[in-house]
Amino acid sequence: MIKLIGLVPLFPLIGFLINSFFGKKMSKGLSGTIACASVLASFIVSVLIFMEVNASQQKSTVIEIFSWINSDTLKIPFSFLVDPLSCLFLMNITGIGFLIHVYSTSYMKDDEGFSRFFTYLNLFVFFMLLLVLGSNYLIMFVGWEGVGLCSYLLIGFWFKNDAYNRAANKAFIMNRIGDLGFLLGIIMIFINFGSISFGEVFNKASSVPTSTITTIALLLLVGAMGKSAQLPLYTWLPDAMAGPTPVSALIHAATMVTAGIYMIVRSNIFYSISDAASECVAVVGAVTALFAALIGLLQTDIKKILAYSTVSQLGLMFLALGVGAYSSAVFHVTTHAFFKALLFLGAGSVIHAMGGEQDIRKMGGLKKALPITFITMLLGTLAISGVPPFAGFFSKDEILAHTYEHSQLLWVVGSIASLCTAFYMFRLMFLTFWGSFRGTHEQQHHLHESPKAMTIPLIVLAALSVFGGLLGLPEFWGAKNWMSENLDSVIIRKNPTILSHETEWTLMAIAVLVALSTIYFAYQMFIKYKVLPADKVADMKPFQRVIYNKFYVDEIYDAIIRKPLDAVSEVLSKLVDKQMIDAAVNGVGDLTLWKASIFRKLQTGHIGFYIMTMVVGVIAIMFFSLMK
Amino acid sequence: MLTGFLIILPLIAALLLFFIKGEGAKKVALIFALAECGISLLAYVWYRSNPNMEALSLNCNWVESLGIKFAVGLDGISLLMVLLTTFLVPLIILSSFKTTYDKPNAFYGLILLMQSALVGVFVANDGFLFYVFWELALIPIYFICLLWGGENRARITFKFFVYTLFGSLFMLIGLIFLYNHTGLDTGIKSWAINDLYAAGRSLTEAQQTFVFWTILIAFAIKMPIFPLHTWQPDTYVTAPTPGTMLLAGIMLKMGTFGLIKWLLPMTPLALEKWGGVAMGFAVVGIIYASCIAIVQKDYKRLIAYSSIAHVGLIAAGILSANQQGVQGAVIQMMSHGINVVGLFLIADILMRHTGTRDITKLGGIRSMNGQFGVLFLIIMLGAVALPLTNGFVGEFLLINGVFKFNAWMGAFAALTIILSAVYMLRSYQAIMLGEKKLNEVVFGSLADSDKAVLIIICIAVIAIGVYPKPLNDLAEPAVKALLMNLK
Repeated sequence: MIKLIGLVPLFPLIGFLINSFFGKKMSKGLSGTIACASVLASFIVSVLIFMEVNASQQKSTVIEIFSWINSDTLKIPFSFLVDPLSCLFLMNITGIGFLIHVYSTSYMKDDEGFSRFFTYLNLFVFFMLLLVLGSNYLIMFVGWEGVGLCSYLLIGFWFKNDAYNRAANKAFIMNRIGDLGFLLGIIMIFINFGSISFGEVFNKASSVPTSTITTIALLLLVGAMGKSAQLPLYTWLPDAMAGPTPVSALIHAATMVTAGIYMIVRSNIFYSISDAASECVAVVGAVTALFAALIGLLQTDIKKILAYSTVSQLGLMFLALGVGAYSSAVFHVTTHAFFKALLFLGAGSVIHAMGGEQDIRKMGGLKKALPITFITMLLGTLAISGVPPFAGFFSKDEILAHTYEHSQLLWVVGSIASLCTAFYMFRLMFLTFWGSFRGTHEQQHHLHESPKAMTIPLIVLAALSVFGGLLGLPEFWGAKNWMSENLDSVIIRKNPTILSHETEWTLMAIAVLVALSTIYFAYQMFIKYKVLPADKVADMKPFQRVIYNKFYVDEIYDAIIRKPLDAVSEVLSKLVDKQMIDAAVNGVGDLTLWKASIFRKLQTGHIGFYIMTMVVGVIAIMFFSLMK
Repeated sequence: MLTGFLIILPLIAALLLFFIKGEGAKKVALIFALAECGISLLAYVWYRSNPNMEALSLNCNWVESLGIKFAVGLDGISLLMVLLTTFLVPLIILSSFKTTYDKPNAFYGLILLMQSALVGVFVANDGFLFYVFWELALIPIYFICLLWGGENRARITFKFFVYTLFGSLFMLIGLIFLYNHTGLDTGIKSWAINDLYAAGRSLTEAQQTFVFWTILIAFAIKMPIFPLHTWQPDTYVTAPTPGTMLLAGIMLKMGTFGLIKWLLPMTPLALEKWGGVAMGFAVVGIIYASCIAIVQKDYKRLIAYSSIAHVGLIAAGILSANQQGVQGAVIQMMSHGINVVGLFLIADILMRHTGTRDITKLGGIRSMNGQFGVLFLIIMLGAVALPLTNGFVGEFLLINGVFKFNAWMGAFAALTIILSAVYMLRSYQAIMLGEKKLNEVVFGSLADSDKAVLIIICIAVIAIGVYPKPLNDLAEPAVKALLMNLK
């Protein structure tokens, strides 16, 4: 079965090809069915392969498809690595991917770009699978940039809107900044290790100087920061919400943005060796987690809130990576994929019902009209807020416990971020589903629960969000932590927990207490006192205004990068190129012409003048030879 | 023999064309170009079966007293360049089917004459012959630009002509200097490439430095490398589209090819000492030209500057003089040639359909012609070197090579992956996306000939990107053999 791993990316590729060539001629039903079926087929194969890997002793197998680039010692095969880590991601991607495909068949059914949408979506799944399947860094990079392309295409899916197009460009270009780091990292790996295949590189890692490892690890981190939207390269992700909502769920929450985490987990040996690089990962993660959570507190666009929440949760995962809790990070990737996909799809269902409205100030009291969406989103919210026994509680608790072990300061930062998360998520829920309806009369008339194709994925994801925690029960409960055991062979150096059980219980109790009291506070504020977010920026307090405007980061980037780049380019184009370099060239030309025009005057055609110059010349020669 | 035939066939075709009146010349030219393409494929097949096959080379005396021979042959690199030429010329001819040129027989005759000279440059194994073909290639393109060009063509074409001729004279000096140092032990002077290699290596460092810079100037102007590039944007913009395609797609590769084959192995000491300096200019040029491309409004001029950036990276890779750098350069020369022809065709199509190439006036074309949107997108992705497109293979190897030579140079050169995305994506958005701006224009379906060319290019973009092995199989051993000369 493992030999058939090629089928996993092949199915979505076939789906992509069919839809791209014949999509327009087919009915929407057929086009959607092909797209869904191709991902479902991949999911089934992934599960079978996962079971085989799980049962077998040999945990990692490399399957070569063909030889891709060869240049002397640089040999890059197009080959796949099957191991517990890649299998886990495969199931995640294809499983959640399938649910979101199904959801999209209904969500997008009135869109004229229906088949184009599925073309892009299938292509995305293909590249995402390449990313996690590649057995060397360059194949990973192929998937890495490929998903970036699909993200670009899907953010700008409605390409008549220029704001969306700009968001798409921003996403691609910002990702490319990260990719530059990643690419240089890969090249440094090749130069120092003589190979870029995971197996060979990881085996040699301990024989390479630590300073080199640190540089490589930091370059890879830059790549991860771009793709996983970490500070300072995160600003593209909130803008990416311009894309259709299923895209936000699949690409900008559940799968693509976790690629950075996957990459660092895959390269865990580098970060275990280099403490400096690990420290950077932890700090970037913690700061991002807090920063984005703060911004999330005051946003009013339902998708933007979820987007900042995603950035914040990804920060938490980076924090886990930084403190060496690799399997906890993967655990949180998995549970986050469940509940964040759920929340986005739920938000999509709300937006669908509201006729495109995304501002939570104009919603309210939707729980009666959208019962399934309401219940499932509530479960998702409980999961993300860290309320036991939902999925997010376990993964988040594991991360915070490991962080506490590493640094209490980072633990405080992480905990505050979690507190904010619980607050803004319940703020979203209370304002959307409770209270009285604040939209237009027409909207109220149209409120309806979404069709089955949309609610069934919600229900499945809700179930996963409730029970997902079983994947990684805490060891100090005496339970088996399946996640960490499963990833045992992938994590090369482990750091065992040194906290006492009492400490772990205390930390857990604090986390639960904080989450519950925050929810209570939010309840008081939004249900009891019916506080509504201010409509105008002018009504806000100064610090609120700063947060509401996202700390003006976009404006700052504009002022220090985009505008100077354009200005410098203008100067180079108009001044340096035309007035200086080209002018110099023309100057040389003109000088030649000018000299020629002078010498041409000597050709007067008067014999007398010629004889006279000849005589002068002869005298001069005689004079000079006599002087010697 | 076959290689000689590859030079002569377009020459005969060109002569023949002068007798054909009217629009029929187009088709005759296309047929000959396709025949040439077929023969080059035959050469490829023969070469793969036996690289040393005698039928592939030709070696006869020309001016015996001076040791000049008509010696032509193929190695992996020159074969790739010949294939690029014979692949692109039919596409260039086909892409001009929708435009009517005055005196078509002369126009297409000159294109074929150009092809003959270009093939000659790539296959010459004799220094003097190389120089002859090098200069010969300038004549047809000069007339193409001068007679069928756009605004200001006389002044711009004259500048181009004088500028490149000026460079070539330096090369002639360098080559003669080398020639004078051949046969110092035997007394027999020779222009044969291997004798010139040997002569170059026998020189002192100072002499090598002299040869290095004199020959480099000729190649640097042809490519062009910053700051010798200012003839290029004006010439590309003014030339008729097929002329621009010939210039950017193929003629530019004369410079990079020359650098690989006619300079790198000759002056190892000078390369060691001055290679880094020369590379510095190339790398500065990448960033410089990319920045300028960002603010261009004329799409054709934007592509012209992007070409300077791309060729800067290629030159930097060659000057790194390691396997990845030079091999990457060879692959990228192929990819750049293919992509840039596609991009210039797109500029031409825009002009024909809307009457402007000003990207600030265009917009919303994708909603009028989705197919064009997709084809344009694929070619653009090749140009920004997305993995699994042809641009990536070369660019990855190139950055690798430059980085190996000097990490900082590599890092700077690699900025191209960000900057190219900036100017390519922005211009694509401005032209294709958003709402339609030119209200009176209806961007209808593409002409069959345009569509065919774009589809063929798109196929090449993806095919080479996914499976570059056939190209690498030719380039890898040839580059390895060449670099042996440096040891």
